[in-house]
Amino acid sequence: MINHQETITNSGNVNLDVHRDDIGAKMGMWLFLFTEVLLFGGMFLVYAVYRYKYPDQFHLAAMELNTNIGTLNTIILLTSSLTVAISISALQKGSRVISLIMLSATLILAIMFLVNKYFEWTTKFEHGIFPGSKELLNKPNGQILFFGLYFVMTGLHALHVIIGMVVLTFMLVFIVKKSVTSDNCIKLENSGLYWHLVDLIWIFLFPLFYLIQ
Amino acid sequence: MTKKENHHIGYLTYILVWLTLIAFTALTVTVAGISLGKYTLFIALLIAAIKSALVINIFMHIKLDEPIFKVFLGLSGFTLIVIFVLTFVDYIYR
Repeated sequence: MINHQETITNSGNVNLDVHRDDIGAKMGMWLFLFTEVLLFGGMFLVYAVYRYKYPDQFHLAAMELNTNIGTLNTIILLTSSLTVAISISALQKGSRVISLIMLSATLILAIMFLVNKYFEWTTKFEHGIFPGSKELLNKPNGQILFFGLYFVMTGLHALHVIIGMVVLTFMLVFIVKKSVTSDNCIKLENSGLYWHLVDLIWIFLFPLFYLIQ
Repeated sequence: MTKKENHHIGYLTYILVWLTLIAFTALTVTVAGISLGKYTLFIALLIAAIKSALVINIFMHIKLDEPIFKVFLGLSGFTLIVIFVLTFVDYIYR
């Protein structure tokens, strides 16, 4: 009985809530990430089948994508994954300031990614290439499919970047308000997992859309 | 209620992994410029797979986390492969 009470006092000292379940929280996050993988997986499947069916037209259509912007965005996202990983690590080690700086850097990189995406898409729009445009519908089937998949998949990915930014902004506020701390940082860890997933999806989108030559 | 020992990965490891990821990106862009015929896609996907393995193991900590997460990951990967294989078998031999 004494031991039991001691345990409670001890856990009180290290700020551990009895109802807190970090492993459970992380497990929930991973399960959610797998639904995301299946969501994008379905789209990659459609891509694979149509690329198999129209290999030449996919190559031709992909020529119109800007490899430089794609490469730049890849580097930006990889770097943002690094900053978010350091941010989590820093908070766990107790350096809140580094954690906040790295989290802010992640948000800035995310904005850079979206700005590039904006310029990339508006250039496409100016060339008359957008879903349902006359210019696009005059192209052969394979190219219509390529651009359709391009807009839907990179668009859905960009939506994930935006959601990730909102989530990370909340984490920034939580760290400032000290509701996310070095011994209670599962929220930040899970947000980091989400951000890495966004990066992972891009790792596959990039070669499949920008590097067909 | 014992707090599980936290395995920390040092900043240096993260930076090295990041450099490796950037190097692989440069490699995949360079390789795409060279015409390797039907191997181009295979090499691009292989590099993407290596990059994602790095992100999952180091950035996402799966290497150091509960083993059950690895089971989850394996299962979802397996599911995806099954879906891809079945679809292509159906599509090719239809």
